[in-house]
Amino acid sequence: MTMPLMRPKRKNPILRTRQMNLPPWGRGRVALGLTAAAAEGRFELQTCRECGAVQYPPRDACHKCLSVRLAWREQTGRGQLLSATTLHHSNDLFFRERLPWRLGFVHLDSGPTLMVHLHGEVGEAPTRVRVGARLDRAGRAVLIGMPEQGSAHMADDRMLREMTSDPKFRKVLVTDGKTPVGQELVRAMVKAGAEIVWVGHAEPWKNYGGLEDITALPQVTLVPLDLTNGRSVTELAGEIGGKVDIVVNNAEVHRTFGIAGRRGTDVAKLEMDINYFGLLRLAQEFGPALRGRSADGVTSATAWVNLLSIYALSNFPPHGTFSASKAAAYSLAQCLRAEMRPAGIRVVNVFPGPIDDEWNQHMPPPKLAPAGLASAIVKALREGVEDVYPGDVAQEWLERWRDNPKVLEREVASGG
Amino acid sequence: MTTRRSYEGVAVAVPVTVPYVRYSTRSAHWFLGQALQALVREAGVPKEQIDGLCVSSFTLAPDTAVGVTQHMGLSPRWLDHVPTGGASGVMCLRRAARAVQAGDAEVVACVGADTNHVDSFRQSLGSFSNFARDATYPYGSGGPNSIFAFITANYMRTFGARREDFGRIAVAQRSNALKNPNAMFKKPLTLEEYMRARPIADPIHLFDCVMPCAGAEAFLVMSEARARDLGLAYAVVRGAIERHNAYAEDPIMVRGGWRVDRDDLYAQAGVRPDDIDFVQTYDDYPVIVMMQFEDLGFCGKGEGPAFVQARDLTVAGDFPNNTSGGQLSAGQAGAAAGFLGMTDALRQLTGSAGPRAVADARLGLVAGFGMVTYDRCLCTGAVILGRPS
Repeated sequence: MTMPLMRPKRKNPILRTRQMNLPPWGRGRVALGLTAAAAEGRFELQTCRECGAVQYPPRDACHKCLSVRLAWREQTGRGQLLSATTLHHSNDLFFRERLPWRLGFVHLDSGPTLMVHLHGEVGEAPTRVRVGARLDRAGRAVLIGMPEQGSAHMADDRMLREMTSDPKFRKVLVTDGKTPVGQELVRAMVKAGAEIVWVGHAEPWKNYGGLEDITALPQVTLVPLDLTNGRSVTELAGEIGGKVDIVVNNAEVHRTFGIAGRRGTDVAKLEMDINYFGLLRLAQEFGPALRGRSADGVTSATAWVNLLSIYALSNFPPHGTFSASKAAAYSLAQCLRAEMRPAGIRVVNVFPGPIDDEWNQHMPPPKLAPAGLASAIVKALREGVEDVYPGDVAQEWLERWRDNPKVLEREVASGG
Repeated sequence: MTTRRSYEGVAVAVPVTVPYVRYSTRSAHWFLGQALQALVREAGVPKEQIDGLCVSSFTLAPDTAVGVTQHMGLSPRWLDHVPTGGASGVMCLRRAARAVQAGDAEVVACVGADTNHVDSFRQSLGSFSNFARDATYPYGSGGPNSIFAFITANYMRTFGARREDFGRIAVAQRSNALKNPNAMFKKPLTLEEYMRARPIADPIHLFDCVMPCAGAEAFLVMSEARARDLGLAYAVVRGAIERHNAYAEDPIMVRGGWRVDRDDLYAQAGVRPDDIDFVQTYDDYPVIVMMQFEDLGFCGKGEGPAFVQARDLTVAGDFPNNTSGGQLSAGQAGAAAGFLGMTDALRQLTGSAGPRAVADARLGLVAGFGMVTYDRCLCTGAVILGRPS
């Protein structure tokens, strides 16, 4: 049983703030395949296309038949814990701060043996375990040995909490509360145990529906935040920047035009101003504060979530300028991820298909319900996933894009 | 499989130790140079007559053995670089012996040398191998401690070994080390102290671990005729084996590659395990010493705990093991640790072991074990050395 995490005491301001020393991040190019799968929540190992042998550690030639045709394939992770140890000494600063640290050696049913971080609920060896791949604070995949049957509070495991960005007891900023997605995000964060949810509100004089419901929640505070206005972002960052643990940037402008459908650039500029420059302004003001608190105990600053769009991967001409602004935001989010990585702050990019909201009224189902999007984001934070493609349409686009981006472009251009 | 040809006519001589220091600001080249100078001085062979060089080091980079030739002003006609750590002593000897037999070289210097800067151990762990960088170092960064914790815990559970059994090995080696002026550890160790030591990676405790340091070990390989001409005391090679990545199908290491070839080793030497007067096992962790007792045929698999309870492993005992104190008590000077057993075996067989001499030692076995690239050591080797007849 994992002891449930208790609400941490208020921080004593005269005690030192623990600084982040990342766990070892060196990996070879081939080994980064494990990270690519873990970034989306999957545990994959190389499998030989010729003889079927599963390989680990990652390598360039099959250890059974010498074929170089090795493909990453999803694993069940089921296996036998052969041996375990608890480290009381480490040569690395990240682990020295976090000793004792439990490790296991697992024989996967599919063949290879793996060194893993071991969840506290896994019993003494020999016993059955389920291995999963997670991103660690350095943004690199590591393998984790989990119990076959976890208890209710298993997410509160000390080691797991170091890997994930669970909102429980954390302070969250949701940048736009006026949309259905924003309101569902607020509810989902409160339900996930967030301590405080600040909710941005760009135009407090306008009465949008639904705000009263969420502001009635005791954890929720409305704050003025207009992402088109640098001064507004700076002021809010000055007020709460040093306290925010998770930023969820869901503010977006979405209009449904291509190039020929509307003259001029006013709408496209507005889309860029929020979707791209808004992210830039927010990241410049809130990024440094997050980086400074990334190792600050069990409720450290931990993650930055960007609401992008599956159309960031490939333009959807009926929403052409929106797609372009999201592609720009995606590119900037990759820059943000690179800049946040040295501090161990996870940048989570979310690529939904059409959301069931007012700007997708002409889109046929299936559409993603705002509540479904919000729970996908909470799940990604809890499981340490950094690329999220929620919903059937996003999954389908992703599959087609990965299969052949050129074919997708042609299909979409002909209305498919 | 063809049988190995004999090592007849090969002499191994002039064991050299460059005294160990915990940390050094000097480079590996400095320790190598000291070792070569001592070889030249003690053998009475001019440097120009060293026509073969075999080097093992972890801290020579970016140089390799060939860089050493220019640095030291050597011009050998035979050169080898054997970066296999704990197995390199045995492996260098085998290669050098064949070079001498084939006439490719007449006098081969075999040197294991490493420096140890304040932070070099940590830095070497993360870049030790591709597999270590990708699949072990990110997991707690315990280095080999965590791998051997797995192996030790599994061995204890499978064969009923207790910490006390491993303690007997460590305590006996410390007793040997007290008779070795070059040993880093000068204080006696009791079994109680061993048991009370702080945990490092359960079930590994402090005195199960070696202390990294800087230093060098070296010896010369030449023909018996040449050794006699030079008036050198020497040992002969009765048999030698090596094996790499053995038993890869075992999910966790319970036996080492010695077991694959040990019958050949004893057959080549024309002796049985009982005939061996002392052993120099590779002692990165006591569990591996125990496995060598088993896999080299001194007792059956799983009988290691009973074996160490029944035998006295000190230089005065009935089964002397690691007469120098081993790395556990003399220190682990990087690749030199793979030579430590060899140089002390040579001292035992050439009458220069001083107060730690094993009485009437005529036949010694030196085992090597090196390179934890992922979850086990890959290189194993062993050699039986004897006094010349």
